[in-house]
Amino acid sequence: MSSDHTPTSPQLNGPESALRRKLLLGMAALPAAALLPGLLPRAAFAQAPATSAVNTTGLAVTDSTVRVGILHSVTGTMAISETGSVQAEKLAIAQINEMGGVLGRKIEFIQEDGASDWPNFAEKAKKLLVNDKAAAVFGCWTSASRKAVLPVFEQYNGMLYYPTFYEGLEQSKNVIYTGQEATQQILAGIDWVVKEKQAKSFYLLGSDYIWPRTSNKIARKHIEKNSLKVVGEEYFPLGHTQFNSVINKIKLTKPDVIYAIIVGGSNVAFYKQLKAAGIDLSKQTLVTISVTEDEILGIGGENIAGAYACMKYFQSLDNPNNKAFVQAFKKMWGENIVIGDVTQAAYLGPWLWKLTVEKAGSFDVDKVAAASPGIEFQQAPEGYVRIHENHHLWSKTRVGKAKADGQYEVIYETADLMEPDPFPKGYQ
Amino acid sequence: MFEGYTLAELGSIFAMQGFAGLILFSVFVLMALGLAIIFGQMGVINMAHGEFLILGAYITYFTSNFFLNYIPALFSAYFFVAMALAFVGAGALGMLVEWAMIRHLYRRPLDTLLATWGLSLILQQFYRSVFGAREVGVELPEWLIGSLPVTDIIEVPINGLFVMALTLMITTAVGVLMYRSRWGKQVRAVMQNRVMAGAVGIDTEKVDRYTFGIGCGIAGVAGSAFTMVGSTGPTSGQLYIVDTFLVVVFGGAQSLLGTIASAFVISQAQSTMEFFLSGSMAKVLTLLTVVGILMLRPQGLFVLKVRR
Repeated sequence: MSSDHTPTSPQLNGPESALRRKLLLGMAALPAAALLPGLLPRAAFAQAPATSAVNTTGLAVTDSTVRVGILHSVTGTMAISETGSVQAEKLAIAQINEMGGVLGRKIEFIQEDGASDWPNFAEKAKKLLVNDKAAAVFGCWTSASRKAVLPVFEQYNGMLYYPTFYEGLEQSKNVIYTGQEATQQILAGIDWVVKEKQAKSFYLLGSDYIWPRTSNKIARKHIEKNSLKVVGEEYFPLGHTQFNSVINKIKLTKPDVIYAIIVGGSNVAFYKQLKAAGIDLSKQTLVTISVTEDEILGIGGENIAGAYACMKYFQSLDNPNNKAFVQAFKKMWGENIVIGDVTQAAYLGPWLWKLTVEKAGSFDVDKVAAASPGIEFQQAPEGYVRIHENHHLWSKTRVGKAKADGQYEVIYETADLMEPDPFPKGYQ
Repeated sequence: MFEGYTLAELGSIFAMQGFAGLILFSVFVLMALGLAIIFGQMGVINMAHGEFLILGAYITYFTSNFFLNYIPALFSAYFFVAMALAFVGAGALGMLVEWAMIRHLYRRPLDTLLATWGLSLILQQFYRSVFGAREVGVELPEWLIGSLPVTDIIEVPINGLFVMALTLMITTAVGVLMYRSRWGKQVRAVMQNRVMAGAVGIDTEKVDRYTFGIGCGIAGVAGSAFTMVGSTGPTSGQLYIVDTFLVVVFGGAQSLLGTIASAFVISQAQSTMEFFLSGSMAKVLTLLTVVGILMLRPQGLFVLKVRR
């Protein structure tokens, strides 16, 4: 019984399933150099080490293949967000295979659908680890899904690469967090807006669940530490579609900065209504950490032009790594595709895993976990990243300004890599 | 909360707040009207109401793209075409669903709940498969964007005005249809006593099908209008379903007037409380208020008097 739920949008069906068949046949999926950006190091086909030496714990590794899992929602509410992550992970796997795979072995993937249902994520994670003996799993998007699979990964000793920017307050031997944790996104962004816009007062908004609340807590502490003012803080149920009342309050309090962490479909309603109420984002500073290029597709570029977003990656980043990445991504998934922060972070997963396995000289999860700290990925589209002892990534934070065409213009980046700090002191 | 503001400022804000409440009221009425017809007149709990809404939104999206690509000169007028198409498209799907599924389930409201919930999941996955999992952005014509400055603080959103006008038109049309036309008389007769209506020569099956179609068609028009203020994606319909049922149940299932009154009460309560409390808290209090009133009046605000 095939457990692969093919992604559902039409442009994905043809090439993707064909690609997958080819991957499973263990042949080169695409002509060499089709997917391979000129920058990625070409590995010489070294003599592959013996399977008994690189796999002592019974993972699905043969002399010529290694099996991994992809675990995202391709159905249900979260499919909107997770589609990009699946595409990025498949691209990375295809590119790694082009280069000769990992320790001389081709990566085969088994894809499971979490279906936006957290217990289901846990079940599928167990299947991937116990039945399929996946050497690594790339997946999850929401914190709820990650929290659901975490005990499974710890119990069965699997390796999860998790791509989303999130609230932090977590660390596990069995997880590598390839997205930014809250302090990396927030602190630099607030410092920038204070310095650049002379901001003195902030109005904090968010959807009503853990990530926006934790993030706003960190933001508030940082704002008040700089002896500036928070003039309002509000949360709305997920899926809230009417923001006129809070927009009136914003008009009354006239904050220098609207700091918005609204997610999902609510975003569309919020920005459309902000515009309709005559709040012009070219005059009113608005900073968000939750709107990537993916979300702008739904919001409409003209409705959010002028807003600032703080994240580590924007599709428009101007560096050779990113140019090659965007080109390869469009080649595989279509010209009109947009790439947001989480999509890029998902792309890092398979690459970091490959580099770690090769440094450890083994697929064993314990050795991979132990070898992770210090792993550097020079070809990351966002620029250089390095894995920290706490299994998060050192990464730069950037500020982008939304344009009407749905892309961000990068207007600031931190000089240094931001240190990941999932348990910030005094913020809990 | 109000220290440090001038009276003029406060006055303006309250005027805008009142207007925000009226927009919310219009949105609620538009959302609930189709459901009130189906649930109230036919006793069918249509859990797929939100998906009919979103069908209208998708039709609007494709219409706008068509106009952009083929007749850009007429782009400013596309919205009216889109609303008409949304009505026809959602109505046609409604009639198809009635014929294939609902007609076998009359008089079994709980079964319709399950069946239409299944339908809503099917439709969501259908949208995802056909239109893609990501949300789409619907481009609005220039004249629907922005706001009318009344004073330097008071600004009236144009799309809010548009939704209000649309709601007024559709509500009037439905009122005339239900209470001033031969057709409406038949619908009300079937609703009050199906067997007797059949006995005096009313084609009850046809009445059912068209009523269901009209209810879904109105949902489609609502969805079309909501592209101005909300998101369009495979699961966006879920955002509206709870509020819609809340309005219909609170109003008294069989009364259109009740639906309007209940939309008014809930929207004013919600937007006033949102101003003084946070969004989540306002929602909780609104729900509690509704539950409290329903305990006192299980039938909802307005009850139709018929002999049982």
